[in-house]
Amino acid sequence: MGALKKESEQKQSSSKFNKLLSNYKFQRNVFIISALLLPIIFYLGIRLLPTLYTFNIGFRDWNLLSAGPHPFIGLDNFIALFNDSVFIKSVVNTMIYIVLGVTGQLLFGMIVALLLHKINRFVGIFRVIYFIPYVTSIVAISWVFQWILMKNGVINDLLVMIGLSPQPFLNSPDQAIYLIIGAMIWQSIGFQMVLFLAGLENIPEMLYEAADIDGASGWQKFWKITVPLLNPTIVFSAVIGTINFIQISFTQVVNMSVNGAGGPLNSTTSVVVYIYQLAFNQFDLGMASAATVLLFLFILALTVFQLKVLTRKFDY
Amino acid sequence: MKFGKSLPYIALIIGSIIMLFPFIWMLSTSFKAPMDIFSLDIIPKNPTIENYLTIFEESLFLRWFLNSLIIAVITTISVAFFDSLVGYIIAKFDFVGRGVLFLLILSTLMVPTEMLIIPWYLMSSELGWTNTFWGILFPGLMTGFGVFLMKQFMEQIPDDLLNAARVDGMSEFGIFFKVAIPQVWPALSALGIFTFLSNWNAFLWPLIVIESPKLRTLPVGLSFFSSGEAESQWHLIMTGAAISVIPLIIVFFILQKHIIKGITLTGMK
Repeated sequence: MGALKKESEQKQSSSKFNKLLSNYKFQRNVFIISALLLPIIFYLGIRLLPTLYTFNIGFRDWNLLSAGPHPFIGLDNFIALFNDSVFIKSVVNTMIYIVLGVTGQLLFGMIVALLLHKINRFVGIFRVIYFIPYVTSIVAISWVFQWILMKNGVINDLLVMIGLSPQPFLNSPDQAIYLIIGAMIWQSIGFQMVLFLAGLENIPEMLYEAADIDGASGWQKFWKITVPLLNPTIVFSAVIGTINFIQISFTQVVNMSVNGAGGPLNSTTSVVVYIYQLAFNQFDLGMASAATVLLFLFILALTVFQLKVLTRKFDY
Repeated sequence: MKFGKSLPYIALIIGSIIMLFPFIWMLSTSFKAPMDIFSLDIIPKNPTIENYLTIFEESLFLRWFLNSLIIAVITTISVAFFDSLVGYIIAKFDFVGRGVLFLLILSTLMVPTEMLIIPWYLMSSELGWTNTFWGILFPGLMTGFGVFLMKQFMEQIPDDLLNAARVDGMSEFGIFFKVAIPQVWPALSALGIFTFLSNWNAFLWPLIVIESPKLRTLPVGLSFFSSGEAESQWHLIMTGAAISVIPLIIVFFILQKHIIKGITLTGMK
């Protein structure tokens, strides 16, 4: 009698449990579906489809002002780009921006971090000072640099005061691009510094003590301990820095170049600037899209290359 | 020995001057009268706030400032909410298509937004989104980076914690807000700060999608102002630059510990 009662109780509670479970599963599915609905629309409609659409436009003769149809023209846009000296120039410039800019910001970021790691007073104040440019508007700061570097600006006045001749700076096709790179490095030192400081703090003090016992010199410690152990930081910073550079190169170039659009003589035009000009000044969406496709392939290759080269294993 | 100890300080002080000089010169010029702007005084001889008054009275700076603020705030809220929600679901739930969804979101990281401006522009003109706030906003409402970041942090939340809340009868949205979010708060606030910064400074897309001067964001407004209305009037251009830069520097001073911790936290993942 008692056993029977127990059994029925058990049955009851297990059916209650099943009901709870199916109720929970229902709730859970409603939650997942309702939460993912908008993100799925966003990632499909605003990220994936437009990406594919760019490829589509790149293979068509597509003028922004003509109503259509936009005939398929195969590789014509790509061929036109390779025969376009301004495009080639913009590709070369972009390489210069990335190679010098990323190397420069890693180098200076690391130097500042190493210096900060050496001192024990005022670390906080220095860290704030070096970080300020990173949080400020690129447009605003580009115009400040234009003002400082102009023909009768403060830097030229100082040069004259110490007996040097004034420089054309941003008006010179030879100097402008390096000054823009300088401004980009100036703005991102703080960001890299913070990453490197964190990397340095992760290196166990023990390793340096062991090296001291073995009689290692400062340089040996730097190359054999600091650099290899900072490697993950360097990889991360290089990849982030590259993508960042491709993006900010537009804002900085447009606002720092003397005639607003990659001048003088296209000496500062980056690929993104040229894509913008093709699309919104010359209205040639086909060619502009073809250029974005090339940019995409370039970034893809570069990222893979960086990950391959920089993640080489070090032997200890 | 003593010299060797002070060497890093000397190097850092020289570097600090290079970091700060552009700001100092910008502020100095913004307080100078037009005839004094080419003098080399750092402290203006005849300091004036005339430039600031001119800018607020005769240009749309205040309006641009508000536009930027509205757009950055809405985008930040949207990114914080959706990125953490999607990151949470991918990290903590098993469902059909989870892997595909995560791959789709990750793959957007490889496609720079520069590549999408042309289709976005065509789409916006087709749907009547050009020249609207929504037009500026829509591409930034969610980010692949944020989803990836939040997923990494959500994975570390113990399942027992979530299940305990389920046994207590809490709803799934309740668990997300009241149990999961507090666990990842530092990462979420870092994501929020960086989203705000990048939207506040966004230039390329707002430049394309907005035509009306009234709807410009601060960077676009400043750029047009400096090359157009105020051309070569450097005292006004520097005042405009100062207005765009100073509020962020103040916010940075208040939040600096969070920002620096945020980079370390998100960068080291």
